[in-house]
Amino acid sequence: MSGESKAIVAQGLSKRFQSFLAVDNLDLEIAKGEVVGFIGPNGAGKSTTLRMLCGLLRPSSGKAHVAGYDVEKDPEAVREHIGYMSQKFSLYNDLTVRENLRFFGGIYRVPKKEFAGRMNFAVSMAGLEGREDMLVHTLAGGWKQRLALGCAILHRPPILFLDEPTSGVEPEARRRFWDLIHDLASDGVTILVSTHYMDEAEYCNRIALINRGRLVAMGSPGELRLRDLGGKLVEIACSPLGAAVNALAGSVIEAAIFGDRLHAVLDPNGPDGEEIRKLLEEKGMNVGAIRMVSPSLEDVFVRLVSGGKEERVLS
Amino acid sequence: MMENAILVSHLGKSFGEVKAVRDISFSVTRGEIFGLVGPDGAGKTTIMRMLAGVLQPDEGEIDLDGLDMLKDAENAKLHLSYMPQRFGLYEDLTVSENIFFYGELFSVPRAERISRSRELLEAAGLLPFGKRLAGQLSGGMKQKLGLVCALIHTPRVLLLDEPTTGVDPVSRRDFWAILYNLRESGVTIVLSTAYMDEAERCSRLALLHEGKIRHCDTPSRLKESMPGALISIFSGNPRKTREVVSNQPGVLGVLLMGDRIHVRVDDAATRIPELEKLVSGQGEFEIRIAEPGIEDVFVALLDEREEA
Repeated sequence: MSGESKAIVAQGLSKRFQSFLAVDNLDLEIAKGEVVGFIGPNGAGKSTTLRMLCGLLRPSSGKAHVAGYDVEKDPEAVREHIGYMSQKFSLYNDLTVRENLRFFGGIYRVPKKEFAGRMNFAVSMAGLEGREDMLVHTLAGGWKQRLALGCAILHRPPILFLDEPTSGVEPEARRRFWDLIHDLASDGVTILVSTHYMDEAEYCNRIALINRGRLVAMGSPGELRLRDLGGKLVEIACSPLGAAVNALAGSVIEAAIFGDRLHAVLDPNGPDGEEIRKLLEEKGMNVGAIRMVSPSLEDVFVRLVSGGKEERVLS
Repeated sequence: MMENAILVSHLGKSFGEVKAVRDISFSVTRGEIFGLVGPDGAGKTTIMRMLAGVLQPDEGEIDLDGLDMLKDAENAKLHLSYMPQRFGLYEDLTVSENIFFYGELFSVPRAERISRSRELLEAAGLLPFGKRLAGQLSGGMKQKLGLVCALIHTPRVLLLDEPTTGVDPVSRRDFWAILYNLRESGVTIVLSTAYMDEAERCSRLALLHEGKIRHCDTPSRLKESMPGALISIFSGNPRKTREVVSNQPGVLGVLLMGDRIHVRVDDAATRIPELEKLVSGQGEFEIRIAEPGIEDVFVALLDEREEA
């Protein structure tokens, strides 16, 4: 056992598939009760890392302890102490709520005499009281999602892995779901969320950004937003947008259309907002307001992984 | 006068007891990127399939570039391209072979097919991958290949059903860059998405809920129409902060985020000083006005409707 207050510790964790280094010397420390988002492009090494942390894949080198157990020496114990939930809910649609819970209780070997209590907890947490005998396929997305969460925590795992848990779920239901996650976290459950969606990442206490098998940034959403984009981000109302992007090429670090506006990262040594306005107006464009905006997590993400555009051979 | 590329009036569709789409009307101007936004089950795919002419509505009319989609579907279909959620790529054919196949399907003349496919592959950044099997592409690349195939016959209207589901943010930006280029060349795009952050990239949005359009406007105007204002409070213990500010007068909603809370208030100018006073006992904190996202607007507008 190591690090009582740490739920997950990885040191120099690496995984090689033949000549492809999927995970490259990853160090991670996650405290008990933290909600941590794992984000990164496709093929960045997120799922390989998660599979190693779940004890499903042996690391090529390095170490990881999850809930105090060594993932390499004691993968069985690791698996007994984690719960897993995916957006592609692994629920049985033609079974009832109660039957699904009973099924997962069996798989997770919940002791018989404790089962009733655990099931009641899961049902009330998910707000499914009175719906125990409904077939799962008749439930709306938000209910299903909370039931899947209920199934994943029946065995009271201290660590929970969530894979894009709220994609496509109705906004109200999704907000309610994240409230549940934070409730679990305040009871000491550690939660690792793997996602592509920056709005899910916003619900995490800290975010680990993985690119090319490496941890390239780690911090709270607020801290990550303060990361250097290379210059100030401005929003420009102008038209036509496409021509404006071309006109700005070379004068700003980056310009991209964002709905009915433009977003541009200003070069600290290049033209400022007013000079940009002149530049665009000289080319015959209508320019409205130009204002500073705070970067979104997506702006930061794209900035930190840019250069990751060229494709790598995936094994 | 702006020209309408698509005009939808009083569209309705039921599946048995379920009213999937209820009395939907909207118009799309040529060269717009129009977003159908809503959670799973809101009716997005059903609308898309009716626009594409692959599903017959129970009621209503669809006019596509002056052609009646319901009476003259075969003709109307020549001008549009529909990319369903699972686009039919042949995984055991190469990238080029897939494009060739769709070119044949739409009877694109050989010379045009070759030049157009080169042009599209280049725009999609797929030119070096012509010989790769489609099954070996990453998720983002597959979506881009689907788009290339859907564009091979130079459609005037492009219908995309959740095109970026499962695609990472970098590939998503590439994908959108292609869409903006298409828009510049006059293609009208209707796109559905469950992702509220993606919705902000559309030129106009319809917010869908339970088969109905609840609001329809540009992203900026939708945000301006949000009742109240959104402020964020950063603090060491967001949970605690939430407890303190919930149920305060003027607080319309509180949302716990990873390192802060979002509070929707009736009036920022009067409420910010009040909230500052409340949370000042809790150590370091920072209050500022936050830009609402489309999700905030969606939730706020639905709340208001329920209260009304």
